[in-house]
Order: sequence, then structure tokens, then C-alpha cells
Amino acid sequence: MSKIIKIVSLTALSPIIIFGLYIISHGHLTPGGGFQGGVIIASAFVLVLVAFKNDIKLSHKLFVFFESLGLVFFIILAFLGIFKNTFLYNFLANSSGILGRTIQFGANTGCLNSGGVIPLMNLAIGIEVAAALSLVALFIIRHKDQNKTKYD
Amino acid sequence: MKNEFKKYNFLNIKIIILIVLFILLFASFATMRNFGEPEKTEMDDYFIRNAQEQTGSNNVVASIVFDYRALDTLGEAVVLFTAVMGISLIFTKNRNFSVLKKNEQNN
Repeated sequence: MSKIIKIVSLTALSPIIIFGLYIISHGHLTPGGGFQGGVIIASAFVLVLVAFKNDIKLSHKLFVFFESLGLVFFIILAFLGIFKNTFLYNFLANSSGILGRTIQFGANTGCLNSGGVIPLMNLAIGIEVAAALSLVALFIIRHKDQNKTKYD
Repeated sequence: MKNEFKKYNFLNIKIIILIVLFILLFASFATMRNFGEPEKTEMDDYFIRNAQEQTGSNNVVASIVFDYRALDTLGEAVVLFTAVMGISLIFTKNRNFSVLKKNEQNN
């Protein structure tokens, strides 16, 4: 691609990632959550991959690491609930500690320090979805370039 | 020419099944409830009444997806992981079969 597309894609990378992190971190207050924010972050990496193709050093090992990290984080959070009650128990909700502020029924302004284990699970799913979808795009784009000499 | 006409027979079994399905679809549309007036169930009322106080999150959808029905989300994440694993197997050109060859040598 041309130099203009490369520079614009690198400039748009950080605002898109920050917007995705906002969607993930406010998943328990506003519409959105881990899946949606993860897709937004993945779209930033897809933009860079389409613009640069093979000119950028972007290894698939980093994405594989983050994908596994997100899933393992989710499963660890699920098993931590066993010590309180059952598997996947929300052990932080209404504990008046970290992420444990109580919320009244009805319309309210909302507080980031609430929701128990839900924001952490949003974060885990967001990391996993972002890494997985950018990995799909990376494999497909790099595969097309591998066969370029064969078909052209 | 005659054979080509036989190919495009408009009264074959596929067309008849399609017409029957079309009639059933419109019959189901006619018996649908009005927009914005869903059937009330006890489960909906329970979630809307208790989700905010029990989980502490304002977003009731998030509290269902990540708390009440979190096992479903875990399965969804595993499905995504497996799908990416399959894609990585399909789209890698130079596959490393060294493990296979080592086993053959041992045998």
C-alpha cells in the first residue's frame, strides 16, 4: 500500500485500541462488553495488517500468547468461585471491597468500582477475542502472500 | 432443446416444499405478538428485579452473560479458541512434520 495509508493506519491504531479498552472496561455499565471491545481492538490490528502486509514485524507468537492468557484468566476466575460457593460464582460482588460496591435497584449513575467479577471476565474475554480475530486476519493475509510467486 | 425444458420443471418437489414453507412462514407472521409486547415470564421478571442488587452491575445483559449464564460464555470462548486453532492449521504452508518423522524412525 502507499505511504499515506501506512501512516494513517499507524496514527489510527492507538485511538481505536483506547476506544476498545473503554468499551471493555465499561462493559458492566453501558452496552458493550468483552466481545464487542475485543472486536474493535482486532479491527485496529487488521487495519495495520492490510496496510503493511509483510513490511511490519508482527509475529503470531504474541497473539497466540495473549489468546491463551485471556482464556486461562477466565478459567482461573471461574475456579476461584469454588472457594466461596460454586463454579463461576461471583465472589467479589457486594463485598464492599475491590469491585464490590452495592448498587440500588432502579436507574442510577453507575460506578466503575462495582460488578464483582464481571469487569475482570470482560477483560479476559476482550483480550482473548482481540488476539483471536487478529490472528485469523494475520494467518489469511500472510498465507496469500506466501503463494504470490506461485500464482502471479 | 426438449431436455433443457425438462430441467426447468417448475412443479418439482423442491418448489413445492419451498411454497409450503413460505405459507407456513406467513402463517407464523400472522400469529406473532405485537412489537414491544413480549410474553411475560417469571424468569424475565426475576432478572430485571434482582440482577442489579445481586451482581452489582447496571448492565443486566452483562450480568446474565458473565454471571447467571457464565458457563455458556466459557463454552463460547473455547469455541473461538478451537476455531482459531483450526484456521492456523489450514493456513500454514510449511508444516513441520518433524514429530511424525521422529516417531517413524523410532518404530
